[in-house]
Amino acid sequence: MLQEESDLSLIIAQIVQKLKGSNLYSQLERQAWASLQRPEIKLESLKEDIKRFFKTSGWEKKLQNAVYSELSVFPSPRHPAAPPEHLKEPLAYMRKAQGSWEKRILKSLNSMCTELSIPLARKRPVGEQKELLSKWNEMGTDEPDLSLFRPVYAPKDFLEVLINLRNPNYENGDYLSFRTHLGLIQVPLKVKDIPELKELFVELGLTTGQLGIDDATQVPPELFENEHVRIGQKVLAEQDSAAAQQYVRQGSPTALRAELWALILNISSQPEDILYYEQLKTNVIQHDLLVDSLIYKDVKLTASNDDYYFVFEDYLYQVLLCFSRDTSVLGHFAYNSASPPKSYIRGKLGIEEYAVFYPPNGVIPFHGFSMYVAPLCFLYHEPSKLYQIFREMYVRFFFRLHSISSHPSGIVSLCLLFETLLQTHLPQLFYHLREIGAQPLRISFKWMVRAFSGYLATDQLLLLWDRILGYNSLELLAVLAAAVFAFRAVNLMEVTSLAAAEAVLADLSTLKVMPLLQIFLFATVT
Amino acid sequence: MAGKVKWVTDIEKSVLINNFEKRGWIQVTENEDWNFYWMSVQTIRNVFSVETGYRLSDDQIVNHFPNHYELTRKDLMVKNIKRYRKELEKEGSPLAEKDENGKYLYLDFVPVTYMLPADYNLFVEEFRKSPSSTWIMKPCGKAQGKGIFLINKLSQIKKWSRDSKTSSFVSQSTKEAYVISLYISNPLLIGGRKFDLRLYVLVSTYRPLRCYMYKLGFCRFCTVKYTPSTSELDNMFVHLTNVAIQKHGEDYNHIHGGKWTVSNLRLYLESTRGREVTSKLFDEIHWIIVQSLKAVAPVMNNDKHCFECYGYDIIVDDRLKPWLIEVNASPSLTSSTANDRILKYNLINDTLNIAVPNGEVPDCKWNKSPPKEVLGNYEILYDEELAQGDGADRELRSRSGQAAGPKGGRARDSGRAALTTWK
Repeated sequence: MLQEESDLSLIIAQIVQKLKGSNLYSQLERQAWASLQRPEIKLESLKEDIKRFFKTSGWEKKLQNAVYSELSVFPSPRHPAAPPEHLKEPLAYMRKAQGSWEKRILKSLNSMCTELSIPLARKRPVGEQKELLSKWNEMGTDEPDLSLFRPVYAPKDFLEVLINLRNPNYENGDYLSFRTHLGLIQVPLKVKDIPELKELFVELGLTTGQLGIDDATQVPPELFENEHVRIGQKVLAEQDSAAAQQYVRQGSPTALRAELWALILNISSQPEDILYYEQLKTNVIQHDLLVDSLIYKDVKLTASNDDYYFVFEDYLYQVLLCFSRDTSVLGHFAYNSASPPKSYIRGKLGIEEYAVFYPPNGVIPFHGFSMYVAPLCFLYHEPSKLYQIFREMYVRFFFRLHSISSHPSGIVSLCLLFETLLQTHLPQLFYHLREIGAQPLRISFKWMVRAFSGYLATDQLLLLWDRILGYNSLELLAVLAAAVFAFRAVNLMEVTSLAAAEAVLADLSTLKVMPLLQIFLFATVT
Repeated sequence: MAGKVKWVTDIEKSVLINNFEKRGWIQVTENEDWNFYWMSVQTIRNVFSVETGYRLSDDQIVNHFPNHYELTRKDLMVKNIKRYRKELEKEGSPLAEKDENGKYLYLDFVPVTYMLPADYNLFVEEFRKSPSSTWIMKPCGKAQGKGIFLINKLSQIKKWSRDSKTSSFVSQSTKEAYVISLYISNPLLIGGRKFDLRLYVLVSTYRPLRCYMYKLGFCRFCTVKYTPSTSELDNMFVHLTNVAIQKHGEDYNHIHGGKWTVSNLRLYLESTRGREVTSKLFDEIHWIIVQSLKAVAPVMNNDKHCFECYGYDIIVDDRLKPWLIEVNASPSLTSSTANDRILKYNLINDTLNIAVPNGEVPDCKWNKSPPKEVLGNYEILYDEELAQGDGADRELRSRSGQAAGPKGGRARDSGRAALTTWK
């Protein structure tokens, strides 16, 4: 009890600390000062009156949403004596693995620099700046020669790293038992079993109405849909983040999704946000970074060839180039096991005073990175809004899909959850695929790393991401990956090679996400 | 007794031939007895021409109406629509209602268009009303994209007229005729790009009118960014390049071919603009297609041996108003991508299922109302008999009442005209 209380006060203190530096804080202060002019504010009951004023004027709701937003990214409280790196990742061997993975990436980046003899960053000459500015909205028409550039890494390189992860304090043992984990991931982490998942995702149950399911059992789908839209409009009118988050667990109506997600992520697109985006844009215009070519190449290799997303090619450059310059992204490294790579000003290698983060946001894009942005283009046509939504999605969710950590939404846990679900509930399939050298994770890893973007049809992907936002968890990615295997189990039992298994699972664009999840979680006998 | 269908085609496309072969039909030459001829528009001209005098028997059907050009030639389509509007106005039909500026409320769906040189004076009068607009010149007879150019000054058209007169003595013949249309200068842009919609519409009979809409239409995106500037001639080339690139498909991506499904468009519009305006847009698209068909129905030779699958080109402006640009009698059956091939194969498959019931030797006297199960990806767009049965044909659609999405969906399922609101 005492522990809980002190935890709580610790969290409160940290959130207050965080919000004090925010724009909202100064706005509230300004409002409070201004309110003194109002007749209903009396000197003798000043504090209460101002509180009441905040409540009636809607400012309290804004504060509440901000606190809620902080809470949803905030790591669970740690022991006061724990060192700060525990906030990033409590397990030492995970931190170490992440550290050496970062070294590898940086080395690869540096050697590309040396090979191609291009600097990591350079200021653009004025002429070039003008040119870039004039074609800002059509960067896709440019065809620079990027044949020498290669993605720094692809998901499959990252998977190899995860496969080799070991906990030095844990003895796997040489003998097999029924408990032996037969998958590729060999670290002992606690992942949820089906009863626990059912409890967590209770709103996805068979008796709850869902958007994304055409044949709801109890209520006719249209009736549910109309009612659900009505409630959704009410949630939006209330401007309450927590209510919105609860609401999208049952799926968001297409027409309300953009606003609901913005509310959940506490993105309001104030004039200063637009100004901030414009500053990032200026930054892009002024400086050329090596990562720009990587971003360019990635968009060309992925989204530009995608049936759904090619239309948004230019938006992707705008968002991703600005993202790489955004130093506010650095804040998320407080709770990300990864650390921003450092570079040193020429000739000052290793001298801390001359260290800078590179790229400025600390995130090195890998093959497929642009697919995190692409689906959002269906929701927001305003680049600055699109940008803010993406940044918030990244610092809440996507970073976990390419950092080595023990977090339940981290990629290692997702892989383990996926393998455990398959091994436990489809043991025959799991064993068969393993025997023919088609470890299921080798196929599903890329789906999870990209949060299924580019694999599912967009409408289905958005229904899936609704639930990710709704539960503030990425665990559904692993559940869905397992559900896809279950769905194709009959065909998969017949294949005899990894290539054949991959062929069976090559096209996910016809899958309906919600029925698959429901059947796997709630209609399977456990 | 029911023998196999004997087919001929003068369009050697695999999506056609595979469909015929799948049905076990037998290929013959055009000089033998045939039951089914999928022909080009050039051939149809000969089949029905006075000289050749070919008489089709009851077990023969073809994929064009004899005078399809009433709809598919730019100048004639516009002429027929203008006539249709005048007739409705004369009848005092509520459909012909106009707003305070004299614009039709429900029938203003083709950009203002004139024939040149015939309507030159009318055009000049209109041009002077809004001298800052851009106009697009298209030759009436030529294939898509050829001979198209843009103008924004009267002097340009004077020069064109002078040049064509001096360069050719046959300039007054219909082949050299042009239509000049107001250029849609505020197209809806997605991802900053301009696009047009290609929708497939099947007509099985014009009197009574019965038409079907193919659910799997697509958007065709320009590969070059749209620049809305108009004043400089140099900028004309940007517009021109748009058209040229769009039509000829240069700078092609072989995976998606610059094409986006209509369901993507709907998802995007509903997400960014809301449900009501999106449903309204699609309602209006259906509306203008039906109106264009009604406009030509009285002049169409409703030969019972014929059916036709049209490619409708529609541009949507930034106020989400659809504009009918043109109708093609022979939509391309060339497949640019894998998805495209599947789409076109299915399009032909579904078309044949409606036009040639059960794949049996046709009898052109059948009532041409196939059961719902064979429609595939087609849905009934308009069925004059059913509509008149409801006595609702003259009913003015109420624009306020047409937004409800699910209602439209149900009406479609019931197998009647899709849009109860204006049927």
